Amino acid sequence: MALPAHASIGERVWHYCYLVICGLIFLFLIAPILVIIPLSFNIEPYFTFTYKMITFDPEGYSLRWYDKILTFGMAAPEALRDGSWWRDTWENATWLHALKNSAIIGVASTLFATVLGTLAALGLSRPEMPFRRAVMALLISPMIVPLIITATGLFFFYSGAGLAHTFPGIIMAHAMLGIPFVIITVTATLSGFDHSLSRAASSLGATPVTVFRQVILPLILPGVISGALFAFVTSFDEVVVVLFVASYDQQTIPLQMWNGIREQISPTILAVATILVVISIALLSTIELLRRRSERLRGISPG
Amino acid sequence: MTAAEIHQPETGAMLTTADGAPLKEALARAMRRARFRAFLLVVPLLIFVLVTFAVPIAQMLYLSIHNPVFSDHMPRLTAYFEAHPDIDVPGEDGFAALALDLAASKKDRSAGRVGTRINYERPGSNSLFKSGARKAAKFKGPPYKEKLLKHRKDWADPHLWNVMKRAAQAHTLGFYAAALDLTYDKKGEITRVAPERRIYVMLFVRTFLLSALIAALCLLLGFPVAYLLANLPLRYSNLLMILVLLPFWTSLLVRTTSWITLLQSQGVLNDLMVATGMVGDDGRIQLMYNQAGTIIAMTHILLPFMILPLYSVMKTIPPSYMRAARSLGATPVTAFMKVYFPQTIPGIGAGCLLVFILAIGYYITPALVGGSTGELISNQIAFHMQSSLNWSLAAALGAILLFGVVLLYWLYDRLIGIDNMKFG
Amino acid sequence: MKTMRVLSSTAIAVGLLVSANMAGAGEITVMSWGGAYTKSQVEAYHKPWMAKTGHKLKSVDSPNPSAPIKAQVTAGKVSIDVADVEYSDAVRYCDEGLLEPIDPKTLPAGSNGTPAEQDFIDGGLTDCAVANIVWSTIFAYDASKMTGAKPATMADFFDTKKFPGKRGLRKGAKANLEMALMADGVPASKVYDVLGTPAGVKRAFAKMDSIKKDIVWWEAGAQAPQLLADGEVAMTTAYNGRIFNAAVSENKPFTIVWDGQVLDFDLFVIPKGAPNKELAFDFIKFATSTKPLADQAKYIAYGPARKSSAAFVGMFQDGKTKMAPHMPTAPANLKNALVNNFEFWADRSSELNERFNAWIAAN
Repeated sequence: MALPAHASIGERVWHYCYLVICGLIFLFLIAPILVIIPLSFNIEPYFTFTYKMITFDPEGYSLRWYDKILTFGMAAPEALRDGSWWRDTWENATWLHALKNSAIIGVASTLFATVLGTLAALGLSRPEMPFRRAVMALLISPMIVPLIITATGLFFFYSGAGLAHTFPGIIMAHAMLGIPFVIITVTATLSGFDHSLSRAASSLGATPVTVFRQVILPLILPGVISGALFAFVTSFDEVVVVLFVASYDQQTIPLQMWNGIREQISPTILAVATILVVISIALLSTIELLRRRSERLRGISPG
Repeated sequence: MTAAEIHQPETGAMLTTADGAPLKEALARAMRRARFRAFLLVVPLLIFVLVTFAVPIAQMLYLSIHNPVFSDHMPRLTAYFEAHPDIDVPGEDGFAALALDLAASKKDRSAGRVGTRINYERPGSNSLFKSGARKAAKFKGPPYKEKLLKHRKDWADPHLWNVMKRAAQAHTLGFYAAALDLTYDKKGEITRVAPERRIYVMLFVRTFLLSALIAALCLLLGFPVAYLLANLPLRYSNLLMILVLLPFWTSLLVRTTSWITLLQSQGVLNDLMVATGMVGDDGRIQLMYNQAGTIIAMTHILLPFMILPLYSVMKTIPPSYMRAARSLGATPVTAFMKVYFPQTIPGIGAGCLLVFILAIGYYITPALVGGSTGELISNQIAFHMQSSLNWSLAAALGAILLFGVVLLYWLYDRLIGIDNMKFG
Repeated sequence: MKTMRVLSSTAIAVGLLVSANMAGAGEITVMSWGGAYTKSQVEAYHKPWMAKTGHKLKSVDSPNPSAPIKAQVTAGKVSIDVADVEYSDAVRYCDEGLLEPIDPKTLPAGSNGTPAEQDFIDGGLTDCAVANIVWSTIFAYDASKMTGAKPATMADFFDTKKFPGKRGLRKGAKANLEMALMADGVPASKVYDVLGTPAGVKRAFAKMDSIKKDIVWWEAGAQAPQLLADGEVAMTTAYNGRIFNAAVSENKPFTIVWDGQVLDFDLFVIPKGAPNKELAFDFIKFATSTKPLADQAKYIAYGPARKSSAAFVGMFQDGKTKMAPHMPTAPANLKNALVNNFEFWADRSSELNERFNAWIAAN
């Protein structure tokens, strides 16, 4: 992108204009996510920067909204913060309840999606796979079909099948939504996979299970893990299906956020949002490291 | 003996495997086995997706054409309509069926549900059915027509009988008609609803147009960034890529919340504009609870879906093409337009289709920042699912939306191929 | 395949365990409207009931509990034991067979010995529902921002020339159309006659049209005081108790305009097929007895539905605000008031709401 020495003035002007435009677009992408972080430390219940915040007066900042995450929904939030206070928090705090549900649903549906998705991806990436295109199209479609339609269908189906308002029902639905991501990432890893490796292993007497564990798995593991992370994020972020088929016992973090925004948007939501941003940064870094490792393994230069 | 073997040239003996079977057959068998094995790996998932995804959607589609509320709870009248399809307002026999059904519906408390069903098409029928059922339960015997007409004159309304006749058919396209702002007039002819009640066609069109606009905006913003990322040295582009991927990985609700804090009239953007004197304190701009809010927030949320496919296509375009064009005398603009741009078209197509498909199904963001003019068709589906509880209409609206998405998805698969979808 | 089966059965077992744990014996789920209103019920009904019986009570919120219960009963999967709904919904759902019948004779007598059937305000008992409060939809403004003349009538709310600024309104046809007609000069006693005619509906929408571009819609009751506090609107319609609480306990400079208020009941119902019907009924009997109903007025400005409770209504929880003048039923507030006609809305709500949706969706 460096300008050649012979560039004309017009080209130079355009070049810098272009960089400024790109900078603004990057700002548009990232600023909305970063702006909530300082706002979540606002001592006032407002969604904008107060004078004290701009002048970096420590009095303008506080952790009160983070505290509210713990105390909201407790039976006795004002009590002395001893062992029984923490037990009260653990049992009654609305956000912790949602977090527990999100974790249970997220982990279980990720396991489901990863195991089933990886198996299927192994089959789909074999050259002999019949009806490959049609099957692939069907398996990817949960990602494409609008969630409101999937959720509507699930609502009718689950009501009849007795799965509405149950954890297994939501776990299955989230697994279904996460599967396309697992398939896409694992087949992408397998696309660079040299099938002669597994044939070589077989011809040397390895059983199919051994071939899978010793040869295939190490190579596709980065793809499987990033697929699993995608599936987890899909579940952790999903709200429409939960809105339609869950009851209050299965309330998840996004659903609690949705209710919070619609009911009474308090800066507590910003505190939760900040925590979620930190989590996504952690996940993103993991994915990035995995991708580089996978490319190193497959001998592709980083890119 | 197969034909192929007969025509084997005599000079070469037939190829066989070690155990003497013809090689061709053995290969075919091995191939079949391999195909079967490959398929077997996919089967568990295929069943899982069929059960948790395809079956529910099929059920929803069925519900959009099947509403048995009336025929289930008014069996005698339904039978009467089957026997007399041409009658407008019947005589005593029809009214007898009606009165007996009404009396029965009082007992199992279904009069309200039947009334609600008729109320979809003939407002005011709810109370008619409920009070009618209470009255009919006390009838000792005929003449039913006279007694019902004494209760309310409405019972002789030809429009009511028309609506009931249609409702008696459990399988109906009536909900699709309603989803397209059509209705049956008093004579039973299909016609458009009154102008002040038309909503769905307008919403489908708005959803379509806004999605197209959002896709265009994403392209406008995504193209320069993707170009920059594709042409910078790796160590810079990897860093900048994080700025694209972080929003992609951040919860949809977090991003929507951010936009609420930014766009509120007492929010960050308006405060900034007031502070810099761009607008007065009383001239704060309404950026949220309208179409502007939906467009801004959704463009931001979907932008990574445009940048990533564009980037992966641009990455494959060798920079030497542009240099060659320049050295052959093309101006920078010509070189870009004639040489570079055409090669990015697959990426543009992939990005635009993906963004468009995702946008037309959006629900959460428009519901939170769109107000009433920024609502999309999904919001009406949710409304009928959760508030008005006219589930058949919700299903019909959903089916129409689904049809559009499947069409685009098919197009995407044809043009780009779903295998080429990548993240990150 | 084996691992998969193990995994799936573990996942299901975990799910079952969790759900079994949470729906343990002796617990009911009560759904209400959230915010200050739910808080008042927690203090006046939930906590005393839990203390008295030893059962657990889970409180959940919805912008309007009637929709979820109907969806649950129709879908055949009910997880709510008690819901707090508006009058028209209570009557309609009872007729549709979606609610458990409640025999008024089994309700406890008032503290002064009056049988329940005479103790409740007229209309407070139906076949399936027991009223707890009388509330109303009013409009309110922020007095600190309203310099000069103050709005005093319903017509002022619809007059953006005299009182510029955004207006908050509940997203739905109910109460808005009535208010529009009253603002247009229809006396409260004639509102439903006029609204019953096509011309009346047209007139109501025309009045709404005059402020359409300035409307910000709210759905959950707590949003209305929030909009006012954030300065997003100059005036908003609201449930009167929410404004009272924001004004008195949070010291917001909000003023309620009682002219043209629309009164309604809130009632407790038990959805058909509720998992803990007996406990739910026990809770309703307790919550709608004289003392708890009176206690609720300590926490929010809604009138108790029993006559015998009136004697116990005294001060707000702050110990210095007399509740009586803040009740929607206070004589001074009833000068130009409309009682919601549940029969009208049972009949016309789907038609008018559809038209309303078409109206607000149009640019």
